[in-house]
Formats: sequence, C-alpha cells, structure tokens
Amino acid sequence: MATTATVGNKSLWAGGVAPLKASYGKLMMWFFLLSDAFTFSGLLITYAFLRWSAPAYKGDPSDFVFSTEYWPIPEKVYDAFPGVHGQEWPLIFVGLMTFILILSSVTMVLAVEAGQRMDKKGVVKWMLWTIIGGIAFLSCQAWEWSHFISGSGVATIGDVFLNGRWVENYEIMGAGLSFNQYGPPAFAALFFFITGFHGFHVFSGVVINIITFFNAANGMYERRGHYEMIEKVGLYWHFVDLVWVFVFTFFYLI
Amino acid sequence: MEQTSNVVVQPVDKNKIRGIWKIAGILALITAIEYAFAFMMDAGTLRNVIFVGLTIVKAFYIVSEFMHLGHEVKGLIYSVILPMVFIVWLIVALVELEGGAVKSSRGTVDYHPAGSEQVDDSH
Repeated sequence: MATTATVGNKSLWAGGVAPLKASYGKLMMWFFLLSDAFTFSGLLITYAFLRWSAPAYKGDPSDFVFSTEYWPIPEKVYDAFPGVHGQEWPLIFVGLMTFILILSSVTMVLAVEAGQRMDKKGVVKWMLWTIIGGIAFLSCQAWEWSHFISGSGVATIGDVFLNGRWVENYEIMGAGLSFNQYGPPAFAALFFFITGFHGFHVFSGVVINIITFFNAANGMYERRGHYEMIEKVGLYWHFVDLVWVFVFTFFYLI
Repeated sequence: MEQTSNVVVQPVDKNKIRGIWKIAGILALITAIEYAFAFMMDAGTLRNVIFVGLTIVKAFYIVSEFMHLGHEVKGLIYSVILPMVFIVWLIVALVELEGGAVKSSRGTVDYHPAGSEQVDDSH
C-alpha cells in the first residue's frame, strides 16, 4: 500500500504536520463532544421510542384532559409562566429559555472573537455576559422543575404503585419519578432525566466559564500568548446550546 | 499586574461582528417559524417532519458558524459529521419503525374520547 501512496498524501499523514489543522486540545474537545452527542442521542432515542409506542390522544386538543392512560400534549403541560395565574401561556416560558441560551451562545462567539484579537477587555466582558446568560437559563429551569413537580390544576385520578402496593383511584398531583399527573410514568421520568442531564451540562459549562473568566481577567491567557482556552470552552458551550435545540423540539414541540 | 503588556490588540472587524449577529437573527427567526407552526398547524406527522427539519437547519448554523466547523479542513468536518449521520439513521429507524412496530404488536390502542368520531388509522 505504501508504494501506491502519492507523495502529497504521504507527507500529510507521515507525521510532522497537523493533517486536521487543529490543535490537540481543540481536536480532543471535538471528539469529546461527539461522544457526548452519542449519549444524548441514546436518551432521545429512548424518549422517542417510548413515546411512539405509547397510546396517543386522538381527540380534539381543546377537550384534552390529563390521564395516566395516554401520552399528554406538550402544550397542555408546559403552559405556565412565573407570576401568571389562571391563564394558559403555552410554550412561552420555554421560548424565553431558548432565547436566553441562544443569546448566551452569541456572547460566547463574541468572546472567542475578542480572544482572537488579543482583546482582554472584550474577552472578560463577553465571558461575563455568557455566565449571566447561563445562570439565567438555570434559574428558569429551576422554576420550571419546581412547577412541574408541584403540579397545577385538577388532580388526575389513576392507579399508582405506592409504598409497595397498588392504590386504585389515587389523586395524583404534580410529578415524581414513579408517577405523575400529566401522563404515563415514563413521561415525567424522561423529562427529569433528559432536561436534568442537559441542565447538568449547562451547570458544568457555567462553572468552566467562570474559571476561564477569572483566568482571562488575571491575564493568564495574555501571558500565554493566545486565547485558545476560550475557543475550547466556547465549543463546549455551543454544544450545550445545540443539545437544547434538539431537546426543545422533541420535548416541547412534537 | 502593573507590567502592562506589549500585547497589540487588533481592531474590530465590523463585518465579522455583523455576521455573528446575522446568524443569531437567523436562529431567532427559525425559532419564531417553529412557534408559528406549533400554534397554527394541527399536530401530525407532517408537522413533526417540519419541526425536525427546522431543528436540523438550526443545528447546521450553530455547528457550522458558531462552532466554526464549516471553516475547518474537510477531514475534521467528515470525522465529526459522518458518525452523526449514522446516529440519525439509527434514530429514524428506531423511532419510526421499531416504535410503531412495538406499539402495534402490543396491541396498544390510542385514546379516543367519547363523542369524538372513531377514525380508523390503523396502518
């Protein structure tokens, strides 16, 4: 095989040059993100598989009521907004969360751009905005979770497995891991697992952003001569945004 | 700290900044279109396909522009994109085919509220 290789190819992969024209750190970040994408794909496959094999609601959406017998319509579950009572604001709050995360992705791009120009002030400013965006998103998610767990409206009557035995016609309010008022048990379990796993990524992203923010402010990257660390952290942060785009579609829209 | 550096800060490229905000605008616009479909179109397979399609468009802009993959060398682009293509294939196969097959082989029946017309959509 070696004899058939052309000179150009041989020199590209024979060592001494970087064939992918990316640094070791960036390359490893890409492959870590690829493996992380596999993990999220596994979760989304599980979600979609369980949902598509569960009974669907086939009536008029305006007559919809929660039941443990069939999968709920997402708009009917996520229709609350902080400070608004007795009104249905379907998907508005999650729209706000999406907006916050996209904006914090933009500020991260601006931080990376400032880093490439060796503009320390710019990096510090935009990293701070990115951190604020991440914390805002996490706060929204905390509110959404607490609302989801405590429940709202009329309790759903269903048979549940409670304290080691089956209880019939139990009044279910809110959501836990074993049953919930919105639909089959898997509905809330998947919600907790997938949005929780994503939220944990956002949380660790915020922690990493804070560390690099202080490093940049202290001039570590300026002394190093480049801001590549900001680019690597940026890749991770955009990935978190990317996953949210998919979670948003599969959980809230479909 | 006082030894102020001799680092030269390069000037801002206005076009680059404008390009970044343009991508942000596109992402916001696509999300708005998704909302329009969510509120104005009845749920169904076609709407789901539209949602997934728009999501992939958004993913393209984030990966290609924000994560800069579109500006890397071909080898890096393919080593990231090709594995994901196979995963998407798996997702489509498991969701559309396996999910539906398991549902019908279990004999799972969809819920039709009393009074609503019984539509036979067995397939």
